Amino acid sequence: MHIAIIGNGISGITAARWLRKLSDHKITVISGEGEEFFSRTALMYIYMGHMRLEDTQPYEKWFWKKNRIDIKKGWVETVDFKGKNLEFHDGEKMPYDKLIIACGSKPNKFGWPGQDLDGVHGMYTLQDLEAMERHSTGLEQAVIVGGGLIGIEMAEMFHSRHIPVKFLVRESKYWNAVLPDEESDMVTRHIRENGIDLRLETELKEIWGEKVSGKAQMIITNKGEKIKCGFVGLTAGVSPNTEFLNHTDLEMSRGIMVNEYLETNIPDVYAIGDCAKQRNPKPGRRPLEAVWYTGKMQGETVAYNICGKKVGYDPGIWFNSAKFFEIEYQVYGDLQAKLPETQSTIYWEHADGRKSVRINYHTESGRIAGFNLMGVRYRHEVCEKWIAENTHVEEVLQNLGLANFDPEFYKEYEQEVIDVYNKQSGKNLQLKQRRGLSAVLRFLRKKTAL
Amino acid sequence: MNIIQKIGLGIFIIGLAIFTLVPGMESYDLSADSITLPNEYHQAAFQKAAESTGLFSQQYTSTFALTDALKETFASAQSAINTQVESSGIPDGVQEWDYKLGDWKFKEYFKPEMFRDASVGPVSSNPYLYLLLTVGLGLLGGLLYILPKFTDIPGIKNNGIFHSPMTRGLSVGWRTFALGATVIGILFYGMSYMDKQWFWPGITAMVMGIITFMVFYVQKSMKNNPSRSASPYGVSAWLGIITGIYLVGFYILLYWAPQHITGWIVMVSPVSEMLNGGPASQWFLYGFLYTIIILVMGVRMMSKYRHNRYQLIRTGSVMFFQTAFAFLIPQILQLLNQPSMDFKNIWPLNYTFFFDWNINSLLESGGLGIFMLVWGIVLVVVAVPVITYLYGKRWYCSWVCGCGGLAETLGDPYRQLSDKSLRAWKYERFIIHGVLAFAVIMTGMTLYTYFSGVSQIGFISTGNVQKWYGFFIGAGFSGVVGTGFYPLMGNRVWCRFGCPLAAYLGLVQRFKSRFRITTNGSQCISCGNCSTHCEMGIDVRSYAQKGQDIVRSSCVGCGVCAAVCPRGVLRLENSGEDVNERAFTERAIHISEDQVTLL
Ligand SMILES: Cc1cc2nc3c(=O)[nH]c(=O)nc-3n(C[C@H](O)[C@H](O)[C@H](O)COP(=O)(O)OP(=O)(O)OC[C@H]3O[C@@H](n4cnc5c(N)ncnc54)[C@H](O)[C@@H]3O)c2cc1C
Ligand code: SF4
Ligand code: SF4
Repeated sequence: MHIAIIGNGISGITAARWLRKLSDHKITVISGEGEEFFSRTALMYIYMGHMRLEDTQPYEKWFWKKNRIDIKKGWVETVDFKGKNLEFHDGEKMPYDKLIIACGSKPNKFGWPGQDLDGVHGMYTLQDLEAMERHSTGLEQAVIVGGGLIGIEMAEMFHSRHIPVKFLVRESKYWNAVLPDEESDMVTRHIRENGIDLRLETELKEIWGEKVSGKAQMIITNKGEKIKCGFVGLTAGVSPNTEFLNHTDLEMSRGIMVNEYLETNIPDVYAIGDCAKQRNPKPGRRPLEAVWYTGKMQGETVAYNICGKKVGYDPGIWFNSAKFFEIEYQVYGDLQAKLPETQSTIYWEHADGRKSVRINYHTESGRIAGFNLMGVRYRHEVCEKWIAENTHVEEVLQNLGLANFDPEFYKEYEQEVIDVYNKQSGKNLQLKQRRGLSAVLRFLRKKTAL
Repeated sequence: MNIIQKIGLGIFIIGLAIFTLVPGMESYDLSADSITLPNEYHQAAFQKAAESTGLFSQQYTSTFALTDALKETFASAQSAINTQVESSGIPDGVQEWDYKLGDWKFKEYFKPEMFRDASVGPVSSNPYLYLLLTVGLGLLGGLLYILPKFTDIPGIKNNGIFHSPMTRGLSVGWRTFALGATVIGILFYGMSYMDKQWFWPGITAMVMGIITFMVFYVQKSMKNNPSRSASPYGVSAWLGIITGIYLVGFYILLYWAPQHITGWIVMVSPVSEMLNGGPASQWFLYGFLYTIIILVMGVRMMSKYRHNRYQLIRTGSVMFFQTAFAFLIPQILQLLNQPSMDFKNIWPLNYTFFFDWNINSLLESGGLGIFMLVWGIVLVVVAVPVITYLYGKRWYCSWVCGCGGLAETLGDPYRQLSDKSLRAWKYERFIIHGVLAFAVIMTGMTLYTYFSGVSQIGFISTGNVQKWYGFFIGAGFSGVVGTGFYPLMGNRVWCRFGCPLAAYLGLVQRFKSRFRITTNGSQCISCGNCSTHCEMGIDVRSYAQKGQDIVRSSCVGCGVCAAVCPRGVLRLENSGEDVNERAFTERAIHISEDQVTLL
């Protein structure tokens, strides 16, 4: 059986690796972007000179041959689902028995005038990175539009080369659709203390270019302000990169629709990762979560399903992480920007304004809901177990050291977090369990009867 | 770079330039009574020859000129003795090899101290001034460059390291060429070092050939092509190359031609007088510079990682151990006329510990000497296994050791250049365990000879084994390649491929230790920062993305992987709960087999 995979991102590659682990089928991984799988999340570090492209590639070049995974570089122009055939840009055809579509995302463009000028780019592909590099020499000012995770990364990239950045964000604080107020304030402050000119509640209206060269030259904001710039970064989110599948029988609705087995409406065709949209997402989860981790889990799941071991996609308890300049961010569980009425929050912030811990719980039952960490590291498995087992917030607080994942000798702030709770509740809880691996191993091994 | 940093850099370069010129500034004036050869015939012949060559009546403007003159005089004394033997035979009661002046006596008779004492010129008349103009300016410039970094917002500062011609490294091909040329050069020089015994370089070349064969054919690295490179930039790292050549040159002079760095030795002599009561040798010079470099570059390390208390404390620790244990205490012991010892230098890194002269000198020096002997043995048999069981080999390699100390301070800018390929790992295991075996065999022979008095096993003499180990491993590997190649192969070349103590610590760490690096569930985004900045070339990411804890014999626990990880995935930890299963658990596998319904 020949399994073709469109896309060599984390989803496609994870699928290929698991298919190889579980079976002996012929596997081909196709991508137009580049031959080698690299970590898209590390794009910024290449530009900043922390790593080279090679360093972001998790496997050595010989890995693919050794594992009999065929690599094919090229753009798939269209898919003949009836004839089970891929058609490439250069006219070449490739028959398949089963197809996995893992074609990822592309940056959003909202029809701004001038959005296709030279010097206007998203930051998603290697080609985007090359464009940034090309425009960086002699660049006097960059404008970034859209205050998400990629926007702030782009700001950090230019900042690393001392290129002044104007960062336009539609919201009233950075990323406050996801981050609760205090955390959003913290990041907003931190962006500014790094010397980035952050413009809140500001949107892009149009981009003007030079007549002859077609190069971006200036933007106009919704407030009518004109900003001169040689580069405009568009980072207002991403959407599935599925244009090449328009006008086929594949059912799509801003994403390829899949069931829990990651099957599309066409037999033998699966979709995973950034381009796949769940018909019936698990409660509390969005139908399309364009993150690294879900792509990885879906890659694993689809391989099981193709190899006849049927298993539904289960993303487990939500978690994510990011880094805003120097502030690391981790989140576990159900943690919303606007606190739901049924939940209460415990929020502790360090005096330096670059660290905080937030713990949300269900007010009535005391069940733990989620954790939001800034500049402090918590242990994934411990938080997950507490959430999965509906642990009471006081139990969690007293054992909070189990979750602490900061390096040795770092100050432990657990008691300070508890003190916040004590103050709110009038109780007098004390920390019973400090940081340390032995206790964690005992805790994780302990199976509780559910 | 702000203006203060630019000024600092300028001052540093001036200091370095003057430092580089110092050895050429002195002249040398030998007096007849400064030469007293221990053999009366040789003494007489040499003094006579000196009269005819005019050795004592001239001032030499360079160490090279003086060496030539000494050689000429030596040759003339040799031929005078030979003529004597031919015409009137050897005096009664004297052995021929005692009477004749063999070539090998040259090295024995003319030590670098002689050059030091003969030195006249600006440096020997104003040593403090020159110390100020070289080391002083270097220090000042270095600190001016480093200190402003403390005003940055704390966090990971790796911007531009792969853009800088100082730190981006060489491609595999060029690196192999540089290493190959250096090793071949050392082997050739080894031939003369071992007095034309080709056996030693020969057998070493053979072992290297066997290792390469094992890696490529037995371990099938032939198939690992193309191997991951540590740097693709050809020879564009020109500043790094110059730095590498400078360091290699320094080590070659230090180990094998110290008379040519007399200027430096003279310059630090007053410091030596102050600390241990005697004039400086090349080893004092080396220790002095080594300590200052660790201190200054330690401050740099602290500026870079000042948000990270693990790094701060660890760097403070290597700075302390270098200054107190490696540098000051031995000086003080010397001042007190006691045998000098670096109390933290453990066999087999300290390969001369069991040499007869060391054991004898310790045994002769009463209580303190005996204590030192016992201490040294306790370190090997108790401290290493016990502390490594508790905390991993990091307690030594990145907290205490001097080689590690230099790697973590001076070497920090180059840590990304370590080779992460599978092939490098295969090489590493053969080479480092090979060196451990060599050290054990050498020490075994040493002790055998010590207790039995038999100086030869088969056709191999213990003395030659010791000499070759000291030359090839002690000087060539740990110094010339180990440190000289920082800018070309990363900062832990010696620690990773060569150090026999690291091999021993590593075995304990791999098989019986509470230490491991845990990975934080599924948080890894495979970005590669950890692997890139692992100085030991461990592909940390390959473990982290599977959610597998890192249990590797080579990990020195520097903690940098955990520091640079942008997602908080790695933590260095100890626990005795699961010592034997540490290496196997995989956490990030998302589907467990019992979840799956088989059709
Ligand atoms: C800068 C950046 C930072 C990020 N940081 C994080 C982070 O910190 N954490 C996190 O969870 N997520 C992060 N993400 C999101 C994460 O990278 C994506 O969710 C993930 O890479 C999606 O993987 P994928 O395999 O589904 O698709 P992709 O990685 O997009 O791979 C799709 C591949 O398919 C190829 N392709 C598409 N169409 C065709 C075609 N017709 N023919 C041939 N090839 C085709 C594309 O060229 C591409 O190579 C980040 C994304 C970006 C851009
Ligand atoms: S694995 Fe981490 S702690 Fe160990 S040597 Fe490498 S970087 Fe240092
Ligand atoms: S640095 Fe962290 S996130 Fe990046 S590959 Fe290593 S463990 Fe994973």
